[in-house]
Amino acid sequence: MSLAVDVVAGGVAGGTSIMYAALGETVSERSGVINLGVEGSMLVGALTAYAVGVETGNPWAGALAGAIAGGVLAFVHAFLVVYRGASQMASGLSLLFLALGLTSLFGATYVGQAVVGFGTWDVPLLSDIPVLGTVLFQHDPLLYVSFALVPAVWFVLFKTRAGLLVRTAGERADSLVVHGYDVRRTRTAAVTVGGMLAGLGGAHLSTAYANAWFENMVSGRGFIAVALVIFAVWSPWRVMGGAYLFGCAIALGPALQARGYGINQFLLDAVPFVLTLVVLTVLGRRTLSSSPAELKRVFENAPSTG
Amino acid sequence: MSIRHSTGRTVVATFALALALAGCSSATESSDSTDSSGSSAPGKDTAAVGFIMVGPKDDYGYNQAVYEGSEVIKKEFPDLDVLTAENVPEDDTAATTMEQMIDKGAKLIFATSYGHLDAALKVAEEHPDVVVVQQGNTITTDIPKNAGTYFGTVYEPMYLAGIAAGASTKSDKLGYVYAFPIPQTIANINAFERGAQSVNPKAETITVSTSSWCDPGKQQAAAESLLSQGVDVLTQHQDCTATVIQAAEKAGAMTVGYHADASSLAPKGWLTGAVWDWGPLYTDIVKTVVAGDFIGSKFNDNYRVGYKTGTNPFVLAKYGPDVTADTQAKIDEAQTFLGTDKGSPFVGPVKDQSGAVKIPDGTVPSYADNDAMDFFVEGVVGKLAQ
Repeated sequence: MSLAVDVVAGGVAGGTSIMYAALGETVSERSGVINLGVEGSMLVGALTAYAVGVETGNPWAGALAGAIAGGVLAFVHAFLVVYRGASQMASGLSLLFLALGLTSLFGATYVGQAVVGFGTWDVPLLSDIPVLGTVLFQHDPLLYVSFALVPAVWFVLFKTRAGLLVRTAGERADSLVVHGYDVRRTRTAAVTVGGMLAGLGGAHLSTAYANAWFENMVSGRGFIAVALVIFAVWSPWRVMGGAYLFGCAIALGPALQARGYGINQFLLDAVPFVLTLVVLTVLGRRTLSSSPAELKRVFENAPSTG
Repeated sequence: MSIRHSTGRTVVATFALALALAGCSSATESSDSTDSSGSSAPGKDTAAVGFIMVGPKDDYGYNQAVYEGSEVIKKEFPDLDVLTAENVPEDDTAATTMEQMIDKGAKLIFATSYGHLDAALKVAEEHPDVVVVQQGNTITTDIPKNAGTYFGTVYEPMYLAGIAAGASTKSDKLGYVYAFPIPQTIANINAFERGAQSVNPKAETITVSTSSWCDPGKQQAAAESLLSQGVDVLTQHQDCTATVIQAAEKAGAMTVGYHADASSLAPKGWLTGAVWDWGPLYTDIVKTVVAGDFIGSKFNDNYRVGYKTGTNPFVLAKYGPDVTADTQAKIDEAQTFLGTDKGSPFVGPVKDQSGAVKIPDGTVPSYADNDAMDFFVEGVVGKLAQ
């Protein structure tokens, strides 16, 4: 296979867990709450999906359980931030470390156990299209679900009443209060759904992509997702593109090495992060102006509840 | 990212240590403080032995092998308290963890990760009555009286596994997923390639680094990139091994394992692997230290044990269905050869990737020479980061 096809196909597969998490973070931040615990939701999602997959032999049951676990962790964040007025930064990071500790502890028995993962399912006809078929349609079913999820999240956020509530909670919470809505409930729901999506991202990593559980296996992908949301200016479509771009940046190193290119591997490892810095530099001011207005209150600790 | 990573591990490590120590503190406290046996024989009559591990004790890999070794010590020396701490990061936390073990009566500590060496030497300097031995790294300065390093020669079984890979490959392309270009890994890759070449001169080994001892996501990307290049035998030097093995099996490729017998994960493609058996070596070290004979012993050095010098803690895993009787006979023959004075995977001439002769014709390098290997041999594809 050519280098480009190899890298892009690898980028789509490797970027999917990041895309799930970043979609979730988009929903959360659109409601005015930053969740730095995405990495934690991915971890609990990855372990729960793996454990349920091992016990039941059904990867779909695992993915569902992973989503629930990710949602539960995010719900705790929502409760602390929205109802108790806790610092968003402190709460998110604390929950990440809690998740890291808990998953290391409870995950130990699942290390090395084989899971019935999703496996590859080539989409009939579509997978035969040259290049495009290889890049998009020779993957696992959970990855195809993510194709549908991007327009779904976009539709809900921008075309439904629920989405309007979420976006208003993130832009101008006061006006929701004036109209008699409960901002806190809206935010709690958005953050919890965000955590569920991150949990699905973790499930993709452990039961569809890498087919293994290991402590701390998310290794920073949750933080890449948080950065990605900014660089995608809170748009689900751009999140999709950005996640695949990150995936490609990660896949580029191994693909070049496997072809024997004499490029320094440590330099290659830095590519995804250099990419982030470049995009942040280029988009700098634009990201600030299009950020949900309530996010700018993060440093006043509690989001405004009117 | 690395800071966050270590901090997370610290939390876990401290927690695990607390659990481990809570379980056995009552037994030791009465015996160790009064009868100090003097500084002349560090570690003599220790009441406890400590093991620190960089990862979880059940990773089906490096750390599990250490833990199983520590279980052997528990059985062989029922009077000793065996303290274990998992997930101890390769920074000052390691020193703190060792100090806590010393407080619990341990005068012999096994620091079992490559990156634990600095902390091990620091603790050894501060506690002249405690022996600290480190697994896998090399002390490059003067060796203190109460410290040493030890390791097996994993590249010997990897050479044998290379024979199995070279004989079984159809594309003549072997793939190697590794973490970092440390000498131990370089020697493994070179030995694997030379083993393959010994039965299949066309075999080449393509290398991909993940820059991580265990990042299953990166391993998957590495495995996919190798498989798409036509590689049909995958092997690795990673702490967690399940992802690469399953990626190979899914693609219908063969696999050579590392650390643990993972044939259950790859019933079709499993060839063999280099797996661990630390018990006998740990037992030797504990015996030497408890008897007060550590200073000047072979363990008070950069000790390497291989087929030539004794019981190599690395052994070859059982064979999978694709390894023919003919190949098995060749492997047996090679193992006998490695055990002789003239045996080595690196008997000269050994050329590097540019074709320059690095080990002259007929020269048999020592274990110490191989531990300092810093070049890929001819037939290995990939660039070493300098």
